[in-house]
Amino acid sequence: MPEKITVKIKRQDGPGKEPYWQTFEVPYQPNMNVISALMEIRANPVTADGKKTTPPSWDDACLEEVCGSCSMRVNGVARQSCAALVDQLEQPIVLEPFTKFPVVRDLMVDRSSMFEALKRVKAWNPLDGTYDLGPGPKVDPDTQDDMYSYAKCMTCGCCLEVCPQVNENSPFIGAAAIGQTILYNTQPIGKALASERLEAHMGPGGVGDCGNAQNCVRVCPKDIPLTTAIAALGRQLTWHTIKNFFLR
Amino acid sequence: MPKRVIVVGGGLAGLAATIRAAERGIPVDLFSVVPVKRSHSVCAQGGINAAKNLKGEGDHPDIHTNDTLFGGEFLADQPLVQGMCRDAPAIIDLLDRMGVPFNRTAEGNLDFRRFGGTLYNRTAFCGATTGQQLMYALDEQVRRFETLGLVEKYEHWEFLSLVLDNDQKTRGITAMNIWDRSIEVFKANAVILCTGGPGLVFGKSTNSTINTGAAASRAYQQGVWYANGEFIQVHPTPIPGADKLRLISESVRGEGGRIWVPKNKDEKREPQDIPDSDRDYFLERKYPRYGNLVPRDVATREIFNMCVVEGRGIGGKNVVYLDVTPERSGQKPEVLERKLGGVFEIYRRFKGDDPLKVPMQIFPGMHYSMGGLWVGYEDKGDMIVQMTNIPGTFAAGEVDFQYHGANRLGANSLLSCIWGGLESGERAVTWAESDTAEADSSVYGNELKRQVEFADKIEKLDGDENAFKIHDELGEWMTNYCTVVRENDKLDQLSTKIDELEERFHRINLSDTGRSANKTFAFVRALWDMIQLARPIVKGARLRDESRGAHYKTGFDIQKPEADKIGEASDHQGYRDHCAEIAEKWGAKFDLPEKKEEISPEFQEYMDKWVEKERQWNKTTIAVYKPGPDGPDMSYRDVAMTVVPPRPRIYK
Repeated sequence: MPEKITVKIKRQDGPGKEPYWQTFEVPYQPNMNVISALMEIRANPVTADGKKTTPPSWDDACLEEVCGSCSMRVNGVARQSCAALVDQLEQPIVLEPFTKFPVVRDLMVDRSSMFEALKRVKAWNPLDGTYDLGPGPKVDPDTQDDMYSYAKCMTCGCCLEVCPQVNENSPFIGAAAIGQTILYNTQPIGKALASERLEAHMGPGGVGDCGNAQNCVRVCPKDIPLTTAIAALGRQLTWHTIKNFFLR
Repeated sequence: MPKRVIVVGGGLAGLAATIRAAERGIPVDLFSVVPVKRSHSVCAQGGINAAKNLKGEGDHPDIHTNDTLFGGEFLADQPLVQGMCRDAPAIIDLLDRMGVPFNRTAEGNLDFRRFGGTLYNRTAFCGATTGQQLMYALDEQVRRFETLGLVEKYEHWEFLSLVLDNDQKTRGITAMNIWDRSIEVFKANAVILCTGGPGLVFGKSTNSTINTGAAASRAYQQGVWYANGEFIQVHPTPIPGADKLRLISESVRGEGGRIWVPKNKDEKREPQDIPDSDRDYFLERKYPRYGNLVPRDVATREIFNMCVVEGRGIGGKNVVYLDVTPERSGQKPEVLERKLGGVFEIYRRFKGDDPLKVPMQIFPGMHYSMGGLWVGYEDKGDMIVQMTNIPGTFAAGEVDFQYHGANRLGANSLLSCIWGGLESGERAVTWAESDTAEADSSVYGNELKRQVEFADKIEKLDGDENAFKIHDELGEWMTNYCTVVRENDKLDQLSTKIDELEERFHRINLSDTGRSANKTFAFVRALWDMIQLARPIVKGARLRDESRGAHYKTGFDIQKPEADKIGEASDHQGYRDHCAEIAEKWGAKFDLPEKKEEISPEFQEYMDKWVEKERQWNKTTIAVYKPGPDGPDMSYRDVAMTVVPPRPRIYK
């Protein structure tokens, strides 16, 4: 059992500032994860060479991999840092912010574009109101199971971080919003907006921009069948286009 | 000025409040320290209660009301509990229509499971990630209202204070942008606080790191009453951890999970190799009817006693087994995986063992605050449902004190969040519409100035104390002295400790004075409020010389007679007189059974003491902020008992 672990952090003091690296040594504790190591550093912000510095900033909340806050690159892998157990990581543990989103500070990035994408695909059921309008439609257990597998998306951004099509020169919406498009196109009530969602995927940035690298499905912490969603949406879009052609 | 409503907090209550207010056509500004989708409600696992009776067991909303009141040891104002339980089936329907992927039966109906404190299958669920699924459905509805221009989100903004006019009427809030530390004033006709619980006051808990309780504390320091603060739920079955206590849902027991310790203290075998004959399923042994599904406070105390008092935890440590393996729970592995996959994932990830093969190891941990900001229970006179004592400031969700009395039943919190949220949204709109007077414009500037000055004070902290160390100490002391078992001398020591921590706060060294996303600054700002909020919790516990629900005080527990000596309360004359007095006071009509049998002398004695204790202590604790060691000012209010008479809380 090591006495100390080494953590190397890519830091940046604010938006547009120059990034720099700092290395910290942290006393080892059993069952430690990346967040608990960061908490140690925060309480005693001194670098490995004894220099006093500011505590690094990062996002976290639930610490049990359900909120999607603490996304970062851990040893080059896009993941939830709370679930990155120190015992399973090579040292030094290298922490970097996501590269596909603007850095706010240190390990914090601005992922608001992902929430904007959900607006674009209208990922919701069009309800008449919140008053007592009786029960929803019956759903068979298999369909429910399918919906559940997509409904677990935390909007954490791992799938976008590893996607070669998501970059500064591309408006590609990314796998997360594609999964939600399929989810709500499957919903018995959500279906009503299916064609509007498909329209949102026509043209630049839509599902057609996927390059089929399949990295998304490999890093998704919730095992969401993202490539299945991409294929399904591609098919729905084809039918939609044909239908539009004949109705024109 | 056009009418506006502000909602602070984007968990289930905040989103429900936002949706209802926006639906009524009033624009809502929604503030949250994190993107709302990441709020703590996502951590709720097991489900949401509603007596829909889809299993043909004869369940009914009135039985749900009764279970909730009994489970909370009759400390909740009854009209609201009744309203919530009666509307619960419609809330499930609403969530269903929003697209929540609830588990289904073969026919396609909603499936329901067992939970603690009831004998009915009353809990609708989405695997073991129900809170997350409910959150996401509501989040999408809020996003729909955003695109309609009715909701504006302020994410990464932290609530600092209410703006109150010279009549103490709500005029808006001040908030801090966490990304650049700027402080601004936002005007509104009504403010709804949906800011969750105070887990961080206890250091490590099942709560998220954002659950500081700071917002509630800030409102309390401005005059909002803090009620029943001493009632803190300690969940029986989290996984102990260095950074947090990770919740293992009560639904594990609802699906057949069983709690046990080896009969032999020096047991060396692996748990899966220990036969039933060498296991002590102590909850099943002590509570044959409810078994592993006794309410949380009861299960927690039994586990705590087993480990701390009897020293019979696994290997002498503070852990016991929770066994949901197919052999012991009687369910097929694929069924368990489908219904509990979410919690299994957490256990496998963080502990490395597979709960389908090896019994889990768990120990109680701080989970939920029944207490919180005082809100009204009926629309009458000055009182408005979900409105605090400050006109125009509402509260809903865990941050309010309603619904759960002295102990919350599992799967009732998602319900109370949504119901309280919707009701508060409704009332806030009505309030805003009738709010005609304009505030003197100086009130906004004055409040902003006050907040900027406080921020400056924190920025200048350059002493020798470490804020994180102070927080660790606060958490350790609160957990050790103010959770499962309370003792008056320990509470006095804790109180002195809080004075010390408050004094040391002024000598903190702020290790980062930068403006950009300075999380240390935000933490230190919140630490002050955590210390302030600890006081009503501790003082409430110190003064309440009785045991009720989650509040158990050594030396103040009425010993229950042996099971065969326990009779019917309604056969005790003192009890009947007590109920008659309550009925008269609240204009209620209680149908007590005819007095029929003689009761044992032991039960007579127990009931005599019980009635005496009820008369003194069945009251809501009200804490009114007063700075420093003498605070807060404490008083007690009668609990509104309009539905059922209280009775001794004896689970069998």
